[in-house]
Amino acid sequence: MANTTTPTMARSFLQVAATEEVAPPLRAVQIEGLVVLKIIKHCKELSPSLVTGQLLGLDVGSVLEVTNCFPFPIREEDEEIEAEGANYQLEMMRCLREVNVDNNTVGWYQSMLFGCFQTVELIETFMNYQENIKRCVCIIYDPSRANQGVLALKALKLSDSFMDLYRSNNFTGEKLREKNLSWVDIFEEIPIKVSNSALISAFMTELEDDTPVTQCDYDRLQLSTSPYLERNVEFLIECMDDLSIEQQKFQYYYRNLSRQQAQQQAWLQKRRSENMSRKAAGEEPLPEEDPSNPVFKPILEPSRLDSFLITNQMANYCNQINGYVTDLKDRLISYPVMHYLLEKSLTTICH
Amino acid sequence: MAASEQKTVLQFPPSFSSTLSAKVHPLVIFNICDCYVRRPDQAERVIGTLLGSVLPDGTVDIRNSYAVPHNESSGQVALDIDYHHNLLLSHQKVNPKEVIVGWYSTGLGVTGGSALIHDFYSREVPNPIHLTVDTGFRNGEGTIKAYVSVNLSLGDRPLAAQFQEVPLDLRMVEAERIGFDVLKTTMVDKIPSDLEGMEISMQRLLALIDDVYKYVDDVVEGHTAPDNNIGRFISDTVASLPKLSPPAFDKLVNDNVQDHLLLLYLSSITRTQLSLAEKLNTAAQIL
Repeated sequence: MANTTTPTMARSFLQVAATEEVAPPLRAVQIEGLVVLKIIKHCKELSPSLVTGQLLGLDVGSVLEVTNCFPFPIREEDEEIEAEGANYQLEMMRCLREVNVDNNTVGWYQSMLFGCFQTVELIETFMNYQENIKRCVCIIYDPSRANQGVLALKALKLSDSFMDLYRSNNFTGEKLREKNLSWVDIFEEIPIKVSNSALISAFMTELEDDTPVTQCDYDRLQLSTSPYLERNVEFLIECMDDLSIEQQKFQYYYRNLSRQQAQQQAWLQKRRSENMSRKAAGEEPLPEEDPSNPVFKPILEPSRLDSFLITNQMANYCNQINGYVTDLKDRLISYPVMHYLLEKSLTTICH
Repeated sequence: MAASEQKTVLQFPPSFSSTLSAKVHPLVIFNICDCYVRRPDQAERVIGTLLGSVLPDGTVDIRNSYAVPHNESSGQVALDIDYHHNLLLSHQKVNPKEVIVGWYSTGLGVTGGSALIHDFYSREVPNPIHLTVDTGFRNGEGTIKAYVSVNLSLGDRPLAAQFQEVPLDLRMVEAERIGFDVLKTTMVDKIPSDLEGMEISMQRLLALIDDVYKYVDDVVEGHTAPDNNIGRFISDTVASLPKLSPPAFDKLVNDNVQDHLLLLYLSSITRTQLSLAEKLNTAAQIL
């Protein structure tokens, strides 16, 4: 009996080890309502300055559970204070562990304004976190959308192919073609689930006002939304300028490259004709390559990361405008209906 | 005064309840519930510090909280004071405006050990608030109450501390902003998008209009007794709509819609350009 069980046990351990090698892909981020409230409180209180904080939780299979978080103080550009920031982080983790909070970092959150978040810094932070934690997410919250009754929470992670590329720091056109990576593939958005403990659910049911209209409804039905759109379009234009600067860099690079190639061709031509005459004279031909010649020095191709990020950002603005306008259009179209209904009730009252 | 008349009088200090009130933010309730769920095995209740500020009108605004480990056995209470101070410092680094306003405990009403803890917090801040959250639902509902302590003295001698209940504002505008749909249920698979949220709001609005409609019909047909106040509200609401001739109104709406459609077109064309540029950029062969 024991003889038969031992090998199966061993195999199953092996199997477990083998299965653990390939972690299942991250399918969803499950956030506690507490974390949502905490993030919103922190982001809103210190808005418009941008804030960050740490997410704590558990990594369970294909779901990343975020069960708590704590805010970071606003960082200042000072080394001493930076060290203090690290201390603060450790202290906070220690304290939270004492009251049995999950003591496992799973990522961080940050606030953004008008959907502007695609920066090189974000990617750098991501890579920093990624070194220590295999699976981390960044939760982004936009306090500016809250006034319109929208809960603008997003969970992001970097795509694997992008991370490989970023590690090798190789953003040339050729490499990108090889990997078939476009700007759409930098970030992956992960669907967010919100969970609450039964206790909280009970309290909220108890405490919910029975007013038929909530603040959220008021905010949603606001018709004056042009400032938001205006800002979005403004940002879009700024991005467009940035992108054209990036494009100019590439044009400059390609112009230089083609000029260099023409020079190389000319040099080769000259060398060949020289070799022909040397051959005719019975001398040894000269080599057809000359590394010392400045003509053969390779020109550095500019990185495409910036233009990728800007493009991504622009696409984001476009999406926001699109989504927003469609939403607004619906509101405007429904407005006459409401108008009509209310007029009708007015006439009924008059009768 | 009592001493000068050589009489001992049981003194009741002026009641605070008329002037003092407290307002609790939903985060605090969430935090307390979470701490209670995660309490140590043998602990019966959790206690912690409440942070916030006093508003200009005297209302105590309770905005944040954190749990403090403690031990309670046979009338003795041991509070981890170091922990309390450490976490307080950390919280103040993030938001210096939030100061201690009191403490919380789970359970229904005030219990024996509470007076001792309250004494401790009285040394941290004058007149702290004591918030109790009944996580056990002992009387069938989640009772949340706020108290202040009042010293009862017999003559000059302090006799006891009396906990007086103060009114507590539990309206949760912040929670409404996020939506009770998200915070109330134990599991939400997806955060409602802009359009879905809009749909819900629209449905609610239409239901409300239907209600008004039905009420007016009932009154007109004599089923319901007319109420002048409601009538005035309805007429105010209707009057708040600008009176526009239908063509003018249509034009207004249509102009606005057209503006937005233009924007939609612009952003779509930008998107198309972007994907085109991307194709060209990566496909550009070195000459």
